[in-house]
Amino acid sequence: MNLLVCGVGGQGVLLFSDILARLAMAAGLDVKKSEVHGMAQRGGSVTSHIRWSKKVYSPLIEEGTADIIVAFEQLEALRYIHFLSTAGLLIYDPLRIDPLPVQIGLVEKMPDEVLQERIAARAALNRAIPAFAAACDLGNPRVQNTVMLGAISHFLEFPLSFYEQVINQLVKPQFVEINLKAFATGRALLKENLPAKK
Amino acid sequence: MNKQLLSGDEAVARGAWEAGCEVAAAYPGTPSTEILENLATYPDVYCEWSVNEKVALEVALGACLAGVRSLAAMKHVGLNVAADPLFSAAYIGVRAGLVIVTADDPGLHSSQNEQDNRFYGLFAKLPVLCPSDSQEAKDFVKIGFEISEEFDIPVLLRLTTRVAHSSSVVTLNERAPKPPQGYEKQLQKTTLLPAFARVRHIDLENRLDRLKAYSENTPLNRWELNNTDIGIICDGVAYQYAREVFPDASFLKLGMVYPFPEEMVRNFAERIKELIVVEEVDPFIELQIRALGLKPIGKDRLPRTGELNPRIVRESLLGSTTKVTPEPNIPNRPPALCPGCPHLGLFYSLQKQKVIIAGDIGCYTLGALPPHSAMDTCIDMGASITFAHGADKALSANDPRPRLAVIGDSTFFHSGITGLINTVYNQSNVITIITDNRTTGMTGHQNHPGTGKTLMDKETKVIDLEKLCRACGVENVIKVDPYRLQETKKTIRKVIAEKKPAVIISQRQCALLAGKQGRTKKVDPEKCIGCKSCLALGCPALSYANEKAVIIETSCSGCGMCVEICPKEAIG
Repeated sequence: MNLLVCGVGGQGVLLFSDILARLAMAAGLDVKKSEVHGMAQRGGSVTSHIRWSKKVYSPLIEEGTADIIVAFEQLEALRYIHFLSTAGLLIYDPLRIDPLPVQIGLVEKMPDEVLQERIAARAALNRAIPAFAAACDLGNPRVQNTVMLGAISHFLEFPLSFYEQVINQLVKPQFVEINLKAFATGRALLKENLPAKK
Repeated sequence: MNKQLLSGDEAVARGAWEAGCEVAAAYPGTPSTEILENLATYPDVYCEWSVNEKVALEVALGACLAGVRSLAAMKHVGLNVAADPLFSAAYIGVRAGLVIVTADDPGLHSSQNEQDNRFYGLFAKLPVLCPSDSQEAKDFVKIGFEISEEFDIPVLLRLTTRVAHSSSVVTLNERAPKPPQGYEKQLQKTTLLPAFARVRHIDLENRLDRLKAYSENTPLNRWELNNTDIGIICDGVAYQYAREVFPDASFLKLGMVYPFPEEMVRNFAERIKELIVVEEVDPFIELQIRALGLKPIGKDRLPRTGELNPRIVRESLLGSTTKVTPEPNIPNRPPALCPGCPHLGLFYSLQKQKVIIAGDIGCYTLGALPPHSAMDTCIDMGASITFAHGADKALSANDPRPRLAVIGDSTFFHSGITGLINTVYNQSNVITIITDNRTTGMTGHQNHPGTGKTLMDKETKVIDLEKLCRACGVENVIKVDPYRLQETKKTIRKVIAEKKPAVIISQRQCALLAGKQGRTKKVDPEKCIGCKSCLALGCPALSYANEKAVIIETSCSGCGMCVEICPKEAIG
């Protein structure tokens, strides 16, 4: 499994990928995870590559070979979409966070429709999950990542009990309950079948 | 057996602990920072943030000569700072083991260059170990201590970002404590007077000869003999990429790249039809192979810049059939100063001044980018004050632009202070601004001599920057609060007008540590005239839509700097 996660610094990309890597390990698989977070806290673009199988060599996913991309933000979805395999699945949060140069008017803003069209053109199998909005509804925007985790859990081979275990291990005790709620919310947000591939 | 998912940095820390390491010193720097942060969480190891890498290496060297296994860790450019003791350490040797970690950054994820520190092994005459994943990172630290003690030499452990910051499964072991050997005076070994050092150099060459023999036989260098049409020699993470792209090829995987196992390479090459070297950045292995008269495929096909990855290895060596291209024209997302960052206030106040500003290394380097564009240079740790001094000497009275230097508090302690003393002693009119955010911000909030806390979370003396600068001979030392924009601007103007050396300490705690400063600010769309004055602050919480300023509620830290800027009192 090649799974790429992307988002903006501060969105919880790294915890999300930690959880996934631990799930794979709990399933007895070899796993490698690689991330760039040198300046992540400064609002930069953050990615994490997670690979699991019987034996994994490269910690990096090759372009065009990701089975799943999970994007926490639309522009970041488009930025890394070339990693997706032709049969791959993109799950993205329709949240829009424009980079600073766009915000202050130095760079032109890409219209939402254009962004959506370009995403759809390149990822036949895609689904928008409003995880950030759902997390805000739950009362904590920081559980956006766990909502996303619930959504993609439909496509991973791990038993549900593993998720609870790993969330318990990695999340501070006072936040376990809301994370479990967020997980259930994410699962509910993506329960229907995905649209068939064009 | 206990298995855990560890990053390369975490694995190095674990390996050092298991090996009975008792003293570790470092200066934070991406991608090496987490080594000491993790090692400090284990009991029985003394860990410190030293003020710079030279100090860290000397501390570790002192501890190893005093009889306990010691480790120094730093990023690649940090080893440049520590190069002086590094070369001496090779001559002196060790008592208990000494492992020096250099975490290189191919691809420059967070650095000013992508130098290949394997060359330091060749240059300083030290064995170099290159792990390719976390398990090896842990194992190689332990083997490194053994080599260090057996051959009386410090060992260089070279990580790269992709090894340091990727996680993989590691089998854990228990700690094997080493009885301390105590200190013993060994004048001729540890005092590098020319007469003694000459003897030590001969001894070092002998040690290297023995290490060469070790390198020929160590399991750190191993063959994986499969199809012999293609044979690949590689090290570090490049091994993982090559193994992925060439599942059937034969491999010579080098865990120890210096001293170079010439015979092993020759024997391997004899069986192989086509020899390929896959390595990141410089042709370190390839040069040594070419010196044997062999002619492998290597940097004639593979890039000398940036990180490798499976695609680059595949396309460079096999050619590409299906080229995957990224989507064009997506707005970049450069890192930015945080909402409420005190540097925003300082850089806002520096905007539009006709000055030359030499910058330094830290979060504040981002002030070089728009909208502030408040910096002309970024060279290395500590280079701001010295650059400004040099420029002042060169330009003298012919260029009226005042010479400013902007440097962070941690960087000032690291290597700014010597530059400041130099400006005073050699008399230039440099105005130094210390952006004192009470932490080492860029690398994730490490303590330093100004914070009053050690790495091991002990209370300690706080070095007072103001008094320190005065003691360096600067009479004009002024503190400002960068949140007070008008006042900061006025102070800077006044100091510039005085035309004499000065230090301005711009002091406010890092916004990420300070948390929310006040109520989330709001824009009154009735009053807002869309003049964009507030956007000049460069705060990521400020945006512009439908000809009005907008404050992104979830980002705003409530610092209130924008309130002061707005000419129409539309923000509050």
